[in-house]
Amino acid sequence: MIQHLLDYGTLRLIWWGLLGILLIGFAVSDGFDMGVGALLPFVAKTDTERRVAINTVGPVWEGNQVWFILGGGAIFAAWPALYALSFSGFYLAMFLVLFALILRPVGFKYRSKRTSVAWRRNWDWALFVGGAVPALIFGVAVGNALQGVPFHFTDDLRPIYEGTLFGLLNPLALYCGLVSLAMLVMHGAAWLGFKAEGPVADRAAAFGAKAALITAVLFAGGGVLIWLGAFGGYQVTSTIAWDGPSNPLGKTVAINSSAWLQNFRSMPWLAVVPLLGIVAPLLAAAGFGARRSGLTFLASKLGIACVIATVGLSMFPIILPSSTSPNDSLAVFDASSSHATLRNMLIATVVFLPIVLAYTAWVYKVLWGKVSATTIEKAGSSVY
Amino acid sequence: MTNPLLVELSRLQFALTAMYHFLFVPLTLGLSVLVAMMETVYVMTGRTVWRDMTKFWGLLFGINFVLGVATGITMEFEFGMNWAFYSHYVGDIFGAPLAIEGLMAFFLEATFVGLFFFGWDRMSPRAHLAVTWMVALGSNLSALWILIANGWMQNPVGAVFNPDTMRMEVTDFVAVLFNPTAQAKFVHTVSAGYVCGAAFVLGVSAFYILQGRYIEFAKRSFVIAAAFGVAAASSVIVLGDESGYTITDNQKMKLAAMEAMWQTEPAPASFTAFGIPDMQAHVTHFAIEIPWVMGLIGTRSIDQQIPGIFDLVKRAEGRIANGLLAYDALEKLKKNHADAAARTAFATTRADLGYALLLKRYVDNPLQATPEQVRDAAWSTVPSVPSLFFTFRFMVLFGFALLAVFLVSLWYTMREAEAPRWLFWLALSTFPLPWLAAELGWFVAEFGRQPWIIDGVLPTFLATSELGITDLVLTIVGFTAVYGVLAVIETGLMLQAIKKGPDAVGDMGSFGEFAKARAVITPAE
Repeated sequence: MIQHLLDYGTLRLIWWGLLGILLIGFAVSDGFDMGVGALLPFVAKTDTERRVAINTVGPVWEGNQVWFILGGGAIFAAWPALYALSFSGFYLAMFLVLFALILRPVGFKYRSKRTSVAWRRNWDWALFVGGAVPALIFGVAVGNALQGVPFHFTDDLRPIYEGTLFGLLNPLALYCGLVSLAMLVMHGAAWLGFKAEGPVADRAAAFGAKAALITAVLFAGGGVLIWLGAFGGYQVTSTIAWDGPSNPLGKTVAINSSAWLQNFRSMPWLAVVPLLGIVAPLLAAAGFGARRSGLTFLASKLGIACVIATVGLSMFPIILPSSTSPNDSLAVFDASSSHATLRNMLIATVVFLPIVLAYTAWVYKVLWGKVSATTIEKAGSSVY
Repeated sequence: MTNPLLVELSRLQFALTAMYHFLFVPLTLGLSVLVAMMETVYVMTGRTVWRDMTKFWGLLFGINFVLGVATGITMEFEFGMNWAFYSHYVGDIFGAPLAIEGLMAFFLEATFVGLFFFGWDRMSPRAHLAVTWMVALGSNLSALWILIANGWMQNPVGAVFNPDTMRMEVTDFVAVLFNPTAQAKFVHTVSAGYVCGAAFVLGVSAFYILQGRYIEFAKRSFVIAAAFGVAAASSVIVLGDESGYTITDNQKMKLAAMEAMWQTEPAPASFTAFGIPDMQAHVTHFAIEIPWVMGLIGTRSIDQQIPGIFDLVKRAEGRIANGLLAYDALEKLKKNHADAAARTAFATTRADLGYALLLKRYVDNPLQATPEQVRDAAWSTVPSVPSLFFTFRFMVLFGFALLAVFLVSLWYTMREAEAPRWLFWLALSTFPLPWLAAELGWFVAEFGRQPWIIDGVLPTFLATSELGITDLVLTIVGFTAVYGVLAVIETGLMLQAIKKGPDAVGDMGSFGEFAKARAVITPAE
């Protein structure tokens, strides 16, 4: 039935939206764990304080991290060309992300298994790296996607990447990395304010307010840079066949420095998304000041969602532009998997995602309540 | 042509990370179910010793579990990082089970595992038991989806090559889900995981019994592990996935190579129990043959023939010839998408396109291949016979040895009399065997599929990313270093937890009752 209701073009649009939802889901759930990791050396001075911070995410980071795994799987299934190109192209950057993310699960689980100061300090560093490095690199990846990445396809559609790791670490990309880092630090601080008690929550509020302001300023600055054409832009110049075959070699794309603003020009109401990307972090900053932790956390979530959505909306219908062979860029209408796979995966998502959200909500409800030095000391070695 | 060193390094990296990952996964599979069973007994009987068993084995489960998770992150992204052409070529089919694994299984497992550890005082015993079963269910469903993906690499059903998108696309998703190869693999692999769990609990319990510590606790664990182990090891052996080796030409080639069957024998074929396969002369020296057995286990019949290597190579030669027709038509279609004659020609020959690609190892344009190159390509479909012959035999040997250990353990624990000490030494010393068997099994499955990455569809040497050798060397060294350090740390923590014993989990809840129970039981031992 869905087969007849949803044509190929519509399914591609839906999967473009779902790609955004997955990235946002990852950033608002696993994002706060990474933010807590990045904040760990700054908000917690004593071992008990560190355990308070770690145990606010202790029971949930594992589930949150599945958003990352699912993101990888869903990109593989729905956008195989993007999966093939981005992870092989950003090879060493991806390795750094994996390296950092491998340290995280072990850091959470193993830190409390021994009492030695050196042992715990080493795992604190692992958790810091596991939080801060991916947060930075994900932003760097987005910064590169906005500028275009040097790649082309052979006529067998073999992806050939022409850049280097140091090419990825250019100033504009690092700027985006800072936006991402500030954003996730804000989110981690908001979570700590919501879930921790005592000095950890106080320090988190102070850091969070700064991070939220920096997020708003940097994100607005990013908008100005795009307006100035610093990031460049790519525009599809051939006729788009929304239900055409997924072959990125069948279109023409032009470099046009005002292209990333085109969608907002033609649909001005879309500007509400980037505006909220500025307003929501400001709201979070105010929330940190007023110590309204629930509101702050919601504002932080909204801010992250709007920042990520802004990037997607600017680039639409392009997903990953090629700086050296613009015609080979990946676009929503020519980089997806087949009609049947998009349909099958949509059915799976519609069935399972609500179930996942339901039991995740139940788990958070069971774990409801603040973590404080008293609860940690009472729980002894039964917590991290 | 792709750089052969790049291909070999990519394969090495995948083998290292996958085999390392599979040190932790089978224990997660087995222990999750064993722990859930222990907790079920606790909830049904209310006897606290079962709760303490749940918590202690759960603690060890947790130390192992995080490394399974950490190394699994690498696996999810490695296809895109190191095997970009593969990812493009088959992502339409292969990506789906990976995504569904995350959605349906890994979310379940990972969301509830936090509650398993942190939720003891926050919910009723029944609710906690449900949480534990969700973890076990999640990890087993994970295995199902991963093996559907792997099963498709061995037997790529329900998909065809689309010349407009230059990749394989799904035509029958249900066939991919119910792929008989995937089902055989799922049952075999999950049972192997249960064997690992059982051998682990059996070994650690034997250690306590030999030390005279936690006797009551260890004896109960020993019994449940022995019983579970008998069931699991029987299942691994009886439901061995050899039955899946009769479906495709290349699976048949794998079977022939495992058994060093050079020539086709009249059915039912004999089984070569021992021999020295010779890749140059294409014979097996000093072969000791047992009549009928091969035909029976390979085909589950007495009248079906199992083709030998020579016949399969001849078949491959025919498929290369047919594949060249497909390759030729595809080249024409690349130049002109509207070429109707080429489209028709491609539609009738595309099933063999992969065989023409085998020639790319010898010549850039397969259409210009010489007859010698075609013959070489056909012979390249034979994997290394001696490696497969011996790894397969050791895997089987270990499987039967483990079944024997579980049976003897169960037999002694069912009797009234005291079990002899050698039994516990045996249980302790054989507990690495299931891991060896599992790694050997994966070697047979994956090395035996060579030269294909997707059986009959895409040769491995074409499937890599276009990476620099330095990048690959750097990441291989990096992964080896991180994984090495983590292995040492993990082993240290496991040993520490085992040495501290079940008492160490005492402050996870009220443990006093158990200490009292032990005080009563110990003098009677």
